[in-house]
Amino acid sequence: MSRTTPETAGPGTARPRATARVPADGRTPSSDTIVEVRGLSRDFRVRDGLKVRRLTAVDDMSWSIAAGEAVGYIGANGAGKSTTIKMLAGILVPTAGEVLTCGLRPVKDRKKLARRIGVVFGQRSQLWWDLPVRESFGILAAIHSLSRAQERTRTDELVETLDMGDYLGTPVRQLSLGQRMRAEVAAALLHRPELLVLDEPTIGLDVLSKQRLREFLVRERAEHGTTLLLTTHDMGDVERLCDRILVVDHGRLAYDGSLDGLGRTVGAERVLIVDLAEPRAELAVPDARHLRSEGGGLRQHLAFDPATTTAARVLAAVSEQADVLDLTIAEPAIEDVVRRIYERATTSSS
Amino acid sequence: MRVYARILAAGFRTQSRYLPAAFAGLLANATFGLLKSGILLTLVDDGGGEIAGYTAGTMAAYVWLSQGLLGSVNIWSLPGSAERIKSGAIAVDFLRPVDVQLAGIADDVGRGVFALIPRGLPSVGVGVLVVGMAMPAQVLPYVLGAVSLLLGIALSHSLAYLLGTAGFWLVEIRGLQVLYMGVSGLLTGLMTPVWLFPDWLKVIALATPFPAVMMYPIDVLSGRTTGADALWLIAAQAGWLALALAAGQVATRLGRRKLEVQGG
Repeated sequence: MSRTTPETAGPGTARPRATARVPADGRTPSSDTIVEVRGLSRDFRVRDGLKVRRLTAVDDMSWSIAAGEAVGYIGANGAGKSTTIKMLAGILVPTAGEVLTCGLRPVKDRKKLARRIGVVFGQRSQLWWDLPVRESFGILAAIHSLSRAQERTRTDELVETLDMGDYLGTPVRQLSLGQRMRAEVAAALLHRPELLVLDEPTIGLDVLSKQRLREFLVRERAEHGTTLLLTTHDMGDVERLCDRILVVDHGRLAYDGSLDGLGRTVGAERVLIVDLAEPRAELAVPDARHLRSEGGGLRQHLAFDPATTTAARVLAAVSEQADVLDLTIAEPAIEDVVRRIYERATTSSS
Repeated sequence: MRVYARILAAGFRTQSRYLPAAFAGLLANATFGLLKSGILLTLVDDGGGEIAGYTAGTMAAYVWLSQGLLGSVNIWSLPGSAERIKSGAIAVDFLRPVDVQLAGIADDVGRGVFALIPRGLPSVGVGVLVVGMAMPAQVLPYVLGAVSLLLGIALSHSLAYLLGTAGFWLVEIRGLQVLYMGVSGLLTGLMTPVWLFPDWLKVIALATPFPAVMMYPIDVLSGRTTGADALWLIAAQAGWLALALAAGQVATRLGRRKLEVQGG
């Protein structure tokens, strides 16, 4: 899924640099910008037998996040999401371009920045594997130089809101995944960071665990105004938690705007499914497309663009031609929308 | 420093969760210790009761102290830092407002200090009860010995960390580790006391930090080296530790630029 360029193309030599992209709503970076990314790129060397290729994971990205926003950072596997996050947090060194997080340069000011951001990598633990959960919080409190009082207040608050009271004394390695993820999120929030970065926080969680975690995050944001940057493959996370979406594809920014806007951008269609009293031939309805029929024409699927017509108008047109017994309206699945963004980006770039 | 003390304590407690493993290690060390003691005591016998200043009693002390230290100093296994670089877990370490090198070493030293309880003390116990090893009767060698022991443990983990930083460039450092294992196993004085080496090898050994990991603490603790000489050994250990830490610091800074965080 990732684009590669020959090793001979050194960093920043071959590719033309686009000018910085302005966010969809025209927002300009200001003093309350919490993340600012300008022309950010990161290459990796990939050994393939004897050949060494250069793989561009993040390719000339520019965007910014204002304090208090909740941003979903989405894209396919290998699109460059985690690499970007690791550069924001000062773990990886960019190949080219600039990034400012909380006004700091992440690599140079790593320790200072670590006091102001919280990061959860869904697939890695930051807890002490063999020790009771409680101890991890204690050690992290010491690491973040919290006073005893601060430590107690914040730990109590998180234990209560994340419902961790039952397993504070349990070694981390014996926790269920759902329990551990709550502890991971608590560990990332212990020092009250301004920016919370969650990399696949709900991966592998059951529906109930996901729901609890999302509810907690909504509340945490409402109470403390924490800025949220979230990468996920779970569109439920995006729908519940995010008010802005960045779609990244092949290391480049493919979309920046609201979730609704994302649907509009790629012309997401809704589908009206009607059950008829009698089998009918393919219905022909103005401003709607017949997708398919089932049961010899008893059930028919009609796609329409909500921008040009309404469900009511389509239904009225159907009713003129046949008796409608039942109906369902299918919303565009966000996965499909994102896939279409990818497809569009792929066809336009090739 | 409070932070690193806390991390060290966490390492200590982590290791305490693996008591059965520690006892298995003790059994292995004791078995090998009996072999080593058989060979070295024969050597002392052949030398007419003394060889390079070692008597049967002090040689037994060397054997059981060196075996007892094996759980606490790291001269065999991959350092934690190497595993963390290889698995990508190092990413989490860089998310904390602490020095990655010092935090990693503090954790390892904490584990090493704990291992003195289930592995170090019983090993010495075996030596005292089974073969009658000679230990000093005064207090001072134990005080100096404790300092020297801690420095030795810290130095071994600092050297292991430095070795681990090669992972920033190589990712897999097992080959390097095997080489390191051979060299350090010999030069720390684990197989035989450094003082039994031929002169040319002794010169080489003393030019490396390895004797400061194991030989010096054993000499100080067993009372073989006392007074100003003991202080001199401790000073040498401190010097090597400072050097190893400085080199690890530089390697971490350079290696960070190479870091690719394995495993996504």
